[in-house]
Amino acid sequence: MRRFAKTLALSILIATITGCAADRVVLLPNADGSKSALVLKTKTGEQVIDQPYQALNVNKSGSISLDKESPESVRNRYGEALDAQPKRPTSYIVYFVTGKDEIAQQSLVVVEKVKADLKTRKAPEIVVIGHTDRVGNVEGNDDLSLKRANVMRKILLANGITADRIETAGRGEREPLVPTDDEVSEPKNRRVEISVR
Amino acid sequence: MSIITKKTSMMTGLIMMMSMGAAYADNDAGMIKQTKGAVVIERGEQRLDAKQGNRVLVSDRVVTGADSSIGITLHDGTLLSAGSNSTLSINKFVFNSTTNAGELDASLKRGTLAVVSGKLSKTSPNAVTYRTPTMILGARGTEFVIEAN
Repeated sequence: MRRFAKTLALSILIATITGCAADRVVLLPNADGSKSALVLKTKTGEQVIDQPYQALNVNKSGSISLDKESPESVRNRYGEALDAQPKRPTSYIVYFVTGKDEIAQQSLVVVEKVKADLKTRKAPEIVVIGHTDRVGNVEGNDDLSLKRANVMRKILLANGITADRIETAGRGEREPLVPTDDEVSEPKNRRVEISVR
Repeated sequence: MSIITKKTSMMTGLIMMMSMGAAYADNDAGMIKQTKGAVVIERGEQRLDAKQGNRVLVSDRVVTGADSSIGITLHDGTLLSAGSNSTLSINKFVFNSTTNAGELDASLKRGTLAVVSGKLSKTSPNAVTYRTPTMILGARGTEFVIEAN
């Protein structure tokens, strides 16, 4: 009995020493409301959390305990890191006139949106990918898609974005937004996709 | 279109596509979007002041001091932001912007880190790993915070 008490006291002591200074993770809700999950592994165990504000504590020995946070407690404890979060990437689509590297009239407003977005970002980077529909041959469309991307690139350069922050590519008719047969005119496929981050 | 011009235009197209491709080097992982206070990038033997617009490379270690923080956007759109007294290492980063495939491995030795997952974690499960001294985290299309003591 005495031996048992001794062992118990010792294990409590060890638990106290190793139990403090835990690492932890808190799952936050996805901004788009979609479901998410985290898989946590330690040297002694594994656990999955899939509900927002569920938290897991891990002590130095690797044992895991489930915990619960709230929007307020996360704000209090991790506000500093959350406040440093860069602006989320956003994507835009600008449509083009058939067979040309001319922006469709109704998309000029999108170009203005892109410009406005860039002004709100710190050290913005942009990826510009040009596409075509399936009218014309593959080679010609490779050419046209890149020309379309370059139209957007020029607008960005004119708005103070430096060349080293812009990545440009043309994908021709290979990645249609709306799949069609060959030689089908499809306005939704005549586009430039602009990803801003 | 004659065969010759067809071939020429195909080649020009190819060359243009290639030359206009990735504007950054292979070991380039992302960019510093904001910093506050004292933040240092440890790159091999170098210790660089972290500034907005600087690139973050694979194998960089980011160290924040007291009352300091940093926000980084990786090329796949992953947002990493660390609070004060934090040490964050980018161990691996590979991202193909055409297929969205690749790998990300980062570790937080101490401090706090907020994460918004990017394209990598949505395309390839098991492609994204975060570590602390005691745990290994797998994340798929997720937002979370990590703390390491």
